[in-house]
Amino acid sequence: MLLALAIFIIMFALYLANHPAGFTPNVVQTAANKGVLLALVAMAQTFVVLTAGIDLSVGMIFILANCLASYLLVGTPVTVALGVGGVLLTGLACGALNGLLVIYGRLQPIVITIATGAVFFGIALWIRPYPGSADGFSAELADALTGKVFGVFPASLLFLIALVLLVWLPFRRSVIGRAVYAVGSSEPAAYMSGVPVMRAKFVAYVLSGLFAAMGGLFMTFFTYSGEASLANGNTYTLSSIAAVVLGGVSLFGGRGSAVGAIFGALAFRAIGDLLFVFDFDPLWQPLFQGVVLLLAVSLGSARLFQVRNRLDLFT
Amino acid sequence: MTTDKLDATTPPRPRWTSRIDMPVATAFGCILVLLLIGSLYSPNFLSPEYLLQQLKVGAFLGVIATGMMLVILLGQIDLSVPWAVTLGAMMASAATAYGPMGEIFAIPFGVLCGVLMGLVNGIGVAYLRIPSMIITLAVNAVAQGLMVAYTGGFAPQDSASPAMRYLAAGSVLGVPNAVIVWAITGVVAVFLLGRTTFGRAIYGIGNKEAAAYLSGIPTQRVVMIAFALCGGLAAFGGVLLAGYAGKAAQSMGDAYLLPAIAAVVLGGTSILGGRGNYLGTIAGVILITLLQSILSVMQIAEFGRQIIYGAVIIVMLLLYGREKSGR
Repeated sequence: MLLALAIFIIMFALYLANHPAGFTPNVVQTAANKGVLLALVAMAQTFVVLTAGIDLSVGMIFILANCLASYLLVGTPVTVALGVGGVLLTGLACGALNGLLVIYGRLQPIVITIATGAVFFGIALWIRPYPGSADGFSAELADALTGKVFGVFPASLLFLIALVLLVWLPFRRSVIGRAVYAVGSSEPAAYMSGVPVMRAKFVAYVLSGLFAAMGGLFMTFFTYSGEASLANGNTYTLSSIAAVVLGGVSLFGGRGSAVGAIFGALAFRAIGDLLFVFDFDPLWQPLFQGVVLLLAVSLGSARLFQVRNRLDLFT
Repeated sequence: MTTDKLDATTPPRPRWTSRIDMPVATAFGCILVLLLIGSLYSPNFLSPEYLLQQLKVGAFLGVIATGMMLVILLGQIDLSVPWAVTLGAMMASAATAYGPMGEIFAIPFGVLCGVLMGLVNGIGVAYLRIPSMIITLAVNAVAQGLMVAYTGGFAPQDSASPAMRYLAAGSVLGVPNAVIVWAITGVVAVFLLGRTTFGRAIYGIGNKEAAAYLSGIPTQRVVMIAFALCGGLAAFGGVLLAGYAGKAAQSMGDAYLLPAIAAVVLGGTSILGGRGNYLGTIAGVILITLLQSILSVMQIAEFGRQIIYGAVIIVMLLLYGREKSGR
């Protein structure tokens, strides 16, 4: 987490120093909006990774929420609010489906979430065959959440901070939150000590779906439209894992925090943006991000140097 | 030439396959059900030409799934298949731009690129102990980046060589070459898994790596080679696909990740490693191919195909892909 924070600060400082417009509220606002998008999906991934699972459908839930929101955010404030509720509920339902299949289906998360991802993407394609948005799309809420508060501070960042304070911290301190960590550390041990294993896993998947849907909602706020893009979904799934790894969340479960994942996401985004300000050919961006990801995951192998007995490698 | 096919479905049987295991039987049962549904829909469904055509389409997936199976037997997974497929297709096509020599070496070159990519995965998993899911995702991203930068920057030759076309689209005595290639791949895989120390080592590592290590198996080398083989086979699948379509295209491999994993898992290979046989993977590949074919015969729109496809795989996994309960 400290590593991610350091990378983020250095990269972002470099970014600002080389940006033609410099350190202005507008630049920060744009950067924050793009960062929050990935940060939300990274938080979604964190919940599941903490239980030593993985969710390869977060990108597709994100896309589904994005497409759904492009239809539902219309009309009066009341209907918009209902629309937001509907989108979030859909995310919850997707997460719940994943959770039920993993827990009661006794299927491996990695296989099942690839399959449910195909279903979610199919539904997204069904409701939004062509990119666009519904007539009478209400932009007020979108503008409020992607704009600036008092003309200085990016509202999306405030929203993210609020989420951390209102959702993550209470979750972390709750019984179920601790159960999630316990399950990730060792499921049999957690079970033996009477931890509600199934409930903890279920809550983790549901929260994952919810946060991924929030990410999709923000995508709609940002673009005013929905698009069922397979490439985008895959990119967000991949980036969420990269962000989680950069943010110091252990893929073996039980260690790390959503705050780390947020910094991981911001750092990953800043790295991508750097190419832009240095005027690289955009064609090189996927390669550059891939290499960063590869280096980031290789960092985890530093643990190898502490191994005294070769047999420890296999445990 | 049908004998090759027979050899693939009825391998020289070591004792562990002598009794039919349930998942494989269930998979074949599901194939029969799909054939039945298909024949209700169109009488042409059961004609030999149509079935042979399905085998040909399935052959590409079959080659790719063979590599995936090796890795899954280890208890690992390879998510870099999409761009390994594309890499193989593009590199083989690009090689044809270099005159006659390029055309001769097109296929080996494409496969070699896949092997190198798999080797990176293997070194990461075996020696650096990075979870396979993560390193293969990262390598996939790097390969994608390389290909995007390469094709965007230099616009390479993208059409397949005559040899690639012949291998993928030609036929001998009415049997499509692609099916023969898959059959040969299958026979080699069955031999490798059942009759060599390498194959036994794969099962051993899949069951418990520490135990395999203590019994003197060079586990790290075996894991690395298995990943290299998987990358090579995925790239070979890509080479065949490029030959079939006549050209390489970006994201042509995206459609093969879920089918490859699903084919292996539906064929009764445990996703946790150590259990499974090639007969099951053949059943899984045919199952997936028929499913896709029925969905397209019924002319269901793309979104419906995605939904039904995902849902059917989930249901089949629930039927027989579950882990044992009990803690």
